[in-house]
Amino acid sequence: MEAFLHQVLSGLATGGVYASLALALVMIYQSTNHINFAQGEMAMFSTYLAWNMINAGLPYWGAFALTIAISFVAGVVIERVIIRPVENAPVLSVVTVFVALLVIFNSIAGWIYTYTIKTFPSPFPEQPLFGNRYISSHELGAIGVTLTVLVVLYVFFRFTPLGLAMRAAAQNATSSRLVGIRVGWMLALGWGLAAAVGAVAGMLVAPIIYLEPNMMSGVLLYAFAAALVGGIDNPFGAVFGGFIVGILENLIGAYVIGTELKLTVALVLIICVLLVKPTGLFGKVFATRV
Amino acid sequence: MNDALVTPPLSMTRYAGLSLRAWKMVGLVALVLGAIALPFTVSNYRVFQFNMVLVYAIVLLGLNILTGYNGQISLGHGAFYAIGAYVAAILMDRVGWPYWATIPVAGLACFVSGFLFGLPALRLRGHYLALATFALAVAMPQLLKYKHIEQWTGGVQGIVIIKPDPPFGWKITPDQWLYLFTLAILIVMFILGWNLLRGRIGRALIAIRDHPIAAEAMGVNSALYKSLTFGVSALFTGVAGALGAIVVQFVAPDSFTAGLSINFLVGIVVGGIASISGAVYGALFIQFVPNFADQISKAAPWAIYGVFLLLFVYLMPTGVAGFVRWVYQRLRLARGGTDKPAVAKPS
Amino acid sequence: MDSRGMLATCLLALLLTAIPAVAQKKYDVGATDTEIKIGQTMPYSGPASAYGTIGRAEAAYFQMINDLGGINGRKITLISLDDGYSPPKTVEQIRRLVEQDQVLMIYQSLGTPSNTAIQRYLNAQKVPQVFVATGATKWGDPKNYPWTIGWQPSYHAESLIYAKYLLQTKPEAKIAVLYQNDDYGKDYLNSLRAGLSAKSKSILKEVSYEVTDASVDSQIVTLQASGADTFFIFATPKFAAQAIRKTYDIGWHPLQFVNNVSNSVGTVLQPAGPEKAEGLISSFYLKEPTDPQWLKDKGYKDWVEWMKKYYSQGDLADLGNVYGYTVAQTLVQVLQQCGDDLTRENIMRQAANLKNLELPMLLPGVKLNTSATDFYPLEQMQLARFDGKRWVLFGEVLSGR
Repeated sequence: MEAFLHQVLSGLATGGVYASLALALVMIYQSTNHINFAQGEMAMFSTYLAWNMINAGLPYWGAFALTIAISFVAGVVIERVIIRPVENAPVLSVVTVFVALLVIFNSIAGWIYTYTIKTFPSPFPEQPLFGNRYISSHELGAIGVTLTVLVVLYVFFRFTPLGLAMRAAAQNATSSRLVGIRVGWMLALGWGLAAAVGAVAGMLVAPIIYLEPNMMSGVLLYAFAAALVGGIDNPFGAVFGGFIVGILENLIGAYVIGTELKLTVALVLIICVLLVKPTGLFGKVFATRV
Repeated sequence: MNDALVTPPLSMTRYAGLSLRAWKMVGLVALVLGAIALPFTVSNYRVFQFNMVLVYAIVLLGLNILTGYNGQISLGHGAFYAIGAYVAAILMDRVGWPYWATIPVAGLACFVSGFLFGLPALRLRGHYLALATFALAVAMPQLLKYKHIEQWTGGVQGIVIIKPDPPFGWKITPDQWLYLFTLAILIVMFILGWNLLRGRIGRALIAIRDHPIAAEAMGVNSALYKSLTFGVSALFTGVAGALGAIVVQFVAPDSFTAGLSINFLVGIVVGGIASISGAVYGALFIQFVPNFADQISKAAPWAIYGVFLLLFVYLMPTGVAGFVRWVYQRLRLARGGTDKPAVAKPS
Repeated sequence: MDSRGMLATCLLALLLTAIPAVAQKKYDVGATDTEIKIGQTMPYSGPASAYGTIGRAEAAYFQMINDLGGINGRKITLISLDDGYSPPKTVEQIRRLVEQDQVLMIYQSLGTPSNTAIQRYLNAQKVPQVFVATGATKWGDPKNYPWTIGWQPSYHAESLIYAKYLLQTKPEAKIAVLYQNDDYGKDYLNSLRAGLSAKSKSILKEVSYEVTDASVDSQIVTLQASGADTFFIFATPKFAAQAIRKTYDIGWHPLQFVNNVSNSVGTVLQPAGPEKAEGLISSFYLKEPTDPQWLKDKGYKDWVEWMKKYYSQGDLADLGNVYGYTVAQTLVQVLQQCGDDLTRENIMRQAANLKNLELPMLLPGVKLNTSATDFYPLEQMQLARFDGKRWVLFGEVLSGR
């Protein structure tokens, strides 16, 4: 029983990792209707920038804030310069641009920082909460931060005029222009926010899984799965999906089939969920007009 | 603009005595003859590389049928490529079959698995389908390493295959023979694909892609077509996988990572979506550009590759095939005032 | 002897001395009076790109040799190509090196699947596949693959050493194993089982992980639940660090072993938390560059100096750079032994002719030895225990035969 509880809590911790990146994926989807394959690599790169700053002597929170700011600006620039030319291109071309970005960021990070793992500090205390052995303070803190970001984003998109404008721009660019929304800048803003959320994800995740250029490659699939299984247009769904994926992954690996077929089981699960709920557990069902 | 839907305008002008159609046939024949002559003019190593180009072209044609013409995004074709490759390797190494017999079996195995995968995929579209297929690609290497089938698959060590010798004692190198063998299969597959796409079935596929509800209303059995398309697409990829295994002479789980599937997708986008010739252009890209990028920068070659990718997508948004078509149409328009611009004429 | 006879004898003597002098310089393709061309594939991209530093270190070492005049007056040209750890790419690159670049030999290609893919081709083409950069046990097979030779102690040898030690000091151990789900991890696991022979049932639980996994925390929890009191970690650096840290954090304190590839103080134990790695046992054949006990050692100081001058962007904490340096030195020795006979056959003959070769960054007592029937240059390792600050070597240099 104890082992079971342990697996669940451990799964919650890894789930937090997936959830934070899934949130960035949902962010970008809500503001641009695209899934950014390069999100993980951008987050990794932001984390390296933070690492550079901390090594140079900046205090943790200073580096944290500065990295978020830089990532935001970088996200805006990337959208305006690199994504803008393919804004109206078919989906597959846009996906290819994301693949290109992924490859570029990964390669440059490897070139500048080499592939040895680096430690990234955590702002949370070293001692586990209540001295428990199941989940570290950082892992708990990371989940807390992710949930906070989630709430902030939800409030932003639902209750602020800017958030509304961004959602409108993503869903119906033409009509949005007609009501005076600067669609181009809304998209750029969306990218900036997603990059910032990604940077937070990276900095939360790095102390757990160690910083190296391929850090996010494994996480991306699970974050992708979490976002989609939870419902790509629903940030709560994505975060919830992340925890589900983390816990299930652990339980399946430990009790059902062993780690040797974990991925196949994950595949089957994903398909099963999508068969029953094709737009994810909490996604909206779209009715199309004929 | 799709190859199959827009009837190319039949020009009445003759160029040096032959109509446009005839010139196109001449061009095609010249291309095939050139391809046959190629292995005898370059080194064995280059023959090997061009052989891989042919293999990838078959894959990309298969993927294009599914994604380009039928609109079902697949980020998992590397898995079918792997299945085809392993079927060929197991039949050759463990069961002792000759290499040429493994090709149809690989194709059939992949048709079945593709069709079976296509069934649940019916309910998924867009990003969700992409995720499901991507999960397939990611799961495949682990599945191949599974210890209970290790006896057949060679587990993590993989299977080494012996390269076949030219038949009838012909005096050509095994590399040249394999190239010609692959070329022959490629021509057969391309003719099959072209036939499939330009007829009723092709139109049905495109209709399902562009207006699924209208297509159903017109009596197209969407579900059947979509699943069959998955199967056919997987069949092409499986045949290519078997050929690829024989050319490389080795299969191992590490050869079929998720990156391979992404590579195939990149191939059809760069080559030209919904285009048959695009398969060849895309294959040339994914085979040679990484090598080229490596020569430019040893420090971060994939960054260079990424830049190339961006350039191709920006400059040729409809792929190389689309670009070629555009150039061709500009040349036709520039030829003189008597040529009417591209307007569909009743044939 | 009459004068004609004298003349004849003198001419004959002259001829006899002249012929060997002319016949001494023998070259195969890739070798000339001024150059020795060597080919290599390394995973500079992809999941194994952490090992790419080995290729760069080797290139940097050859650069230094060239600056010092080369080997017998010949410069070494290393053509190192990226194969992304993908066997089809390895095949392509190796064919290019052999058929287009016309190299003399293939040196230190990295990866077991990569080398498996090219082994038959290279042996059929009679191209030396020298000092393959993998510890898989199958490379030392001169009867079937006379052109392929390994270098580092095989995973098999290493596991045998651990098994022997365990059987001697803790025969009733209850064992748990974490291993990477590829040839590397499986080789270690199977060899451990073989080494324990009768006691192989003591392996209570073995759990794998994939390179694409984010973390191995779940696996550690499963292993603890098995009730084992001895724990083997057969992993690559990132996952080893995660494993060591998690094991400590959940309050499990087994007798822990970590494999040779992942025992670096700077790149594995520091990130894990040195206090969490106390008591860890591993095996060594190279001097670990972040271990303070080597700070005053001449071999180490030379290595640092070389790194600073020729490979300044390399990480001084990365064991891969010590590895690359030492293998490069081994090749230099082989080439020097070849003298002016740079045929492929002679390369293999000299590679199989290393007798008690000691190199500066090998542990004292560890020597390279090869012969016509022994294609395993390094078989010795020494066990060490981590005391929270550094690795303390104990026992003797053991052979993993």
